[in-house]
Amino acid sequence: MDEGKPLFVQIAEQVEASILDGSIAEESQAPSTNELAVFHRINPATAAKGVNMLVDKGVLYKRRGIGMFVARGARDLLLKERRSDFAERYVQPLLAEARRIGLGPEDVADLVRTGAGVSPAKP
Amino acid sequence: MNSVIQVRNLTKRYKDALALDGVSFDIEQDAIYGLLGRNGAGKTTAMSILTAQNLPTSGEVRVFGENPYENARVLSRMCFVRESQKYPDDATPRHAFAAARLFFPRWDQGLADELIDDFQLPLKRTIKKLSRGQLSAVGVIIGLASRAEVTFFDEPYLGLDAVARQIFYDRLLADYAEVPRTILLSSHLIDEVSNLIERVLLIDAGRIIMDESAEDARALATNVVGDAAAVERAVNGREVIHREGLGRVASVTFLGRLDGAERAAVVADGLELAPVSLQQLIVRLTQQRSGRDRSTGDAFASTGSDADTQEGSLR
Repeated sequence: MDEGKPLFVQIAEQVEASILDGSIAEESQAPSTNELAVFHRINPATAAKGVNMLVDKGVLYKRRGIGMFVARGARDLLLKERRSDFAERYVQPLLAEARRIGLGPEDVADLVRTGAGVSPAKP
Repeated sequence: MNSVIQVRNLTKRYKDALALDGVSFDIEQDAIYGLLGRNGAGKTTAMSILTAQNLPTSGEVRVFGENPYENARVLSRMCFVRESQKYPDDATPRHAFAAARLFFPRWDQGLADELIDDFQLPLKRTIKKLSRGQLSAVGVIIGLASRAEVTFFDEPYLGLDAVARQIFYDRLLADYAEVPRTILLSSHLIDEVSNLIERVLLIDAGRIIMDESAEDARALATNVVGDAAAVERAVNGREVIHREGLGRVASVTFLGRLDGAERAAVVADGLELAPVSLQQLIVRLTQQRSGRDRSTGDAFASTGSDADTQEGSLR
């Protein structure tokens, strides 16, 4: 796992990724704290912290005596969050690296338009 | 949280050596603790006193609110898996498990059988003739299947290969999730156990120098790498615990974290920030305290010397 973020945040993000890609549908049961702990080989208290973070955010909710479920609207909520984070998480580092190697924002935009796989500079 | 163990001003003196020097700590119920520290730091001494296999020189120990010494009510609720466990000469693992089954009221024979299978332990060979790893497996099986309310594992992995250790960690987590209980695990393989433990107790030279949640411990220190002059500017005024350099590049580890603005400034200066793993932090803290002065000047002089063997500076 990525050492940079607290473990419980990483656990929460993995559950979010499953909700975003549709592998856990809304109103269906989410993995339990113990399942997450055993699967990721982490302490159950850490897994619980990740799950609680998602409950606070409104992504998961608890059904008494049954377990955790994905809230209705959770996917939209996560999509909105991911989109607003997109610039900071992906575009800014991209532009910073471009600057380092002498590419301006326009060059980057061209690369994006023409497709990332096509290199303009032939060796 | 309830504490199941309370230790106050515990001191243990052997002839001329001070093994424990007035330590105080609480152990919370149903948490997994990592009892960490260098060889001879006092880990085994602490565990033997808590399980009444040794007497304190002074200080007080309470387990489930009572003094554990010669107290059967308390002792049957605890299991101590020690690295140097002795068995009778003609005993086989089968005998050891039969005895454990009688002693521990919450013993789970089904779990014991599964573990015997996992570790492929020969039941009828005498324990004397087992390999080091098989001997460790006997201890691990007793520790897990006893399901004692408080279980101590003192370096339970000696001789276990990577596969067998993973079986131990996986089984420990799965069974703990099913039947929560208090577990104290002493280990030198900090990277291997750092995700399993909820709290860290770090002992150094008979004293507790860290009593933190594992999560908080991971955030205690920060590593910054880059141009030496820029690095020095960034760590100015901070408590540096390790320094090393290669040409004009320096890597410095300091206690504390940077807030958002400080972080942005450091990154803008072309420096890279990295978290410090629990293992690195503990190596730094216990290495620094063993002998060397805490002043930054001295830490600087320690670059590349003695205990630096575990360094993973190329991340």
